[in-house]
Amino acid sequence: MGILEVKNLKLFVEDNQILNDISLNLEKNKIYAIVGPNGAGKSSLAFAIMGLDGYNQYRGDIIFKGKSINNISVSERAERGITLAWQEPARFEGLTVKKFIESAAAEKSDETAKTALEKVGMDPDEYINRAVDNGLSGGERKKVELASILAMEPELVLLDEPDSGIDVASLDRLFEGIKFLKEKGATVVLITHSATAHKQAEYAYLMCQGTIIDEGPIDEIGKYFEESCIPCDHKNAPEQKEGVDIGEGRTVVQSSKD
Amino acid sequence: MKVERLYKAAKIEDALSDPETAHLVLNEDEVVGISGVPGLTVDPTPIQDGVDVDIKLDKGTIIEKPVHLCFGVTGEKGIQKILLDIEIEEDAEIGILAHCVFPKAIDVKHVMDADIRIGKNARYSYLEKHIHSPKGGVDVIPSADIDLGENARFTSDFELIKGRVGKIDIDYETTCRKNSVMEMTAKVDGRGDDIIDISEVGNLVGEGARGVLTTRVALRDEARAEVYNELTADAPHARGHVDCKEIVQDHGSAKAIPIVEVNHPQAHVTHEAAIGSVDTKQLETLMSRGLSEDESVDLIIEGLLS
Repeated sequence: MGILEVKNLKLFVEDNQILNDISLNLEKNKIYAIVGPNGAGKSSLAFAIMGLDGYNQYRGDIIFKGKSINNISVSERAERGITLAWQEPARFEGLTVKKFIESAAAEKSDETAKTALEKVGMDPDEYINRAVDNGLSGGERKKVELASILAMEPELVLLDEPDSGIDVASLDRLFEGIKFLKEKGATVVLITHSATAHKQAEYAYLMCQGTIIDEGPIDEIGKYFEESCIPCDHKNAPEQKEGVDIGEGRTVVQSSKD
Repeated sequence: MKVERLYKAAKIEDALSDPETAHLVLNEDEVVGISGVPGLTVDPTPIQDGVDVDIKLDKGTIIEKPVHLCFGVTGEKGIQKILLDIEIEEDAEIGILAHCVFPKAIDVKHVMDADIRIGKNARYSYLEKHIHSPKGGVDVIPSADIDLGENARFTSDFELIKGRVGKIDIDYETTCRKNSVMEMTAKVDGRGDDIIDISEVGNLVGEGARGVLTTRVALRDEARAEVYNELTADAPHARGHVDCKEIVQDHGSAKAIPIVEVNHPQAHVTHEAAIGSVDTKQLETLMSRGLSEDESVDLIIEGLLS
């Protein structure tokens, strides 16, 4: 049994079908990539797994460590070991980096924030007392967010476009952070359309128009994605449907949304 | 004993024992401690239910350590009226840390009426920290009229660091002359049936005058707030910004009234106001780290008011 099973997941947002019959099975302690072009539904899938507002009224099952998490909150999912890093991290006026990291930490000590920042290549003396707000660049906030996840020690980490906004010099530290998560036993899911990022994965799923259209070792899927998805030649692309029956007498138009 | 309670509540024992730190301590209408430093005159006169205090900083005097003013009512009931007349002469510099301490208040009224003149090139910073009882039980009614001379600088911060608001009615108005700079910040956390009224007005009348009005309010339970920020620019190159953010939870209620007025084509004033619930992305980020919804809200508000 994998750590995460997604079975026949369908997600509708404002009567638009965002995810169409998604199924996947993730094993413990591996790095996965979910690749696909913008609008394929990759982020929506991550948001549904995390149970975010607007993405938690799905059909199908999400099973984590053998138990359904369909009807539990974001906090409860996090308590069970799931977390998510956003493509564009939130800004928190006045909340210090130290407090932000410590609030997530599995074990709190005076060194918690410092250690986590060092792991993502940030100088604690420079950052620890700064606020997680507009004073930090998007890339800096992404690294702070990763630091908070390292401190949290989760079992399943969903990283949405982890390398966007990160300067080239910091990419290695970012990828080291991802490898560190794996070393600590976590399963990591990279939501990405970046070749640089998905190469960190071992196994990949290819998404298109709200559907998983292929899966396999990252070398195969990554190669296909790079060569054929941009521009898209619609390999195994789901048939365009109009008027999808979603039951209860309702019919909706299928579309996708990241 | 009352005085010791006051010192302890305000955590100012060390500052008051320092001979280089000027201070004035009032318990209700009684002066219970006073010390000065060269160049600074602090002259209190008793009035009914309070004290009339004249503070004067001589020309060119720079006070390195903050001057502590401690205004308290240690009992459950009382009225404290403070009339402040503050004159900071040219090229002088001072920071005042005011501790307003009402730790057991049930029915306490604290009224402060200040007239402040800041001379040319002078600097005056005023940090007001309030400690209230857990039940609120206090009406705080501070008003101030502040006049900044050429190149003068004035900053004020208002914070409630412990206890519940009760009722706060702040009314500050500044007039900023040529190249002077004014920053006024108020941060208040309302709970229960607290009532918060904040009115801050800035008049940028001098060329190159600059001003920022910043307000941060969090409202929970049945707390209510009304924030009135008015900034007027009348002179060339005057610049101003009004920034009001209010988080509303439970049955709280908030109103923001930002007024910006520009009466010169080379002046510029901006404003931003945000009122509402906690930002969903902030909330879900913290929840996705394992915090409960309530813990997440508390942390977001703690940051906002920090």
